[in-house]
Amino acid sequence: MYRSLFPRDVFAELDRLQREMQEAFDLSPSIRGLGRGSFPALNVGGTPQSVEIFAFAPGLDPATMEVNLDRGVLTIAGERQASLPSGDDDPAAVHINERFSGRFRRVVSLSDDVDPNGVSADYRDGVLRISAKRRESAQPRRIAVQ
Amino acid sequence: MNDMTAVTRNEQGTRTDAAARNESAQRSDTALIPPVDVIEDSTGITLRADLPGVPKDKLSLQVEADTLTIEGEVQLAVPEGMEASHAEVSLPRFRRAFTLSKELDTGKVSAEFKHGVLTLRIPKAEHAQPRRIQINAA
Repeated sequence: MYRSLFPRDVFAELDRLQREMQEAFDLSPSIRGLGRGSFPALNVGGTPQSVEIFAFAPGLDPATMEVNLDRGVLTIAGERQASLPSGDDDPAAVHINERFSGRFRRVVSLSDDVDPNGVSADYRDGVLRISAKRRESAQPRRIAVQ
Repeated sequence: MNDMTAVTRNEQGTRTDAAARNESAQRSDTALIPPVDVIEDSTGITLRADLPGVPKDKLSLQVEADTLTIEGEVQLAVPEGMEASHAEVSLPRFRRAFTLSKELDTGKVSAEFKHGVLTLRIPKAEHAQPRRIQINAA
């Protein structure tokens, strides 16, 4: 009877299913959550020399973006202005509104071998790329056999 | 539903043959669907799409019959030998198609692309501009 009063929402069911799938596949979920679907989307990769973070944050003024590194925790914060019409004098209809607007903050913990002085960030085509160098001492090296 | 909202209708299943053909031809290379805003005022429609990582020369806009297709290829400056450890943008391509309605003037579309945000302005045709209709009292 309860079911018939409150019919199941297909989208909520799909959402739950997706979360369950993610939990099943992600063996070590982070305390900061999965982060999927939040703004900006992040891709993270690494080379033996550096850690690379790509934040997909289109339509921002690079000067208003804040990138901080504190005790190995990298924070990307900023605000994206809404581009929708707001005045009553402008009779416009919003048909689709999917783009993110408002304040955002994303936090990533970097690995211990990152050198805090060797972090650079640049913004191009709407992607903020943060490149953090690994410490010299953590670099792989060949040991000569005497 | 009136004609004005036709541009927003493509997801709800109103598809033209051209769109369906386009889709079946391109199904093999999957792409991400970019988020968009669509705003309509009395003189036309403004569409904004987020296409981060797409350089200007890799963006393609196409109007075929009454289908507008936005497509872009993501190009990142990835250092050699990088191994991805976490990816939320998992495909290097964006694509989205919209069905335009007949009162829009596809010959006069203007586009601007800055910091990964595409802004399209599609004006309404002259004959479709707003007109106040006089009510005659008997």
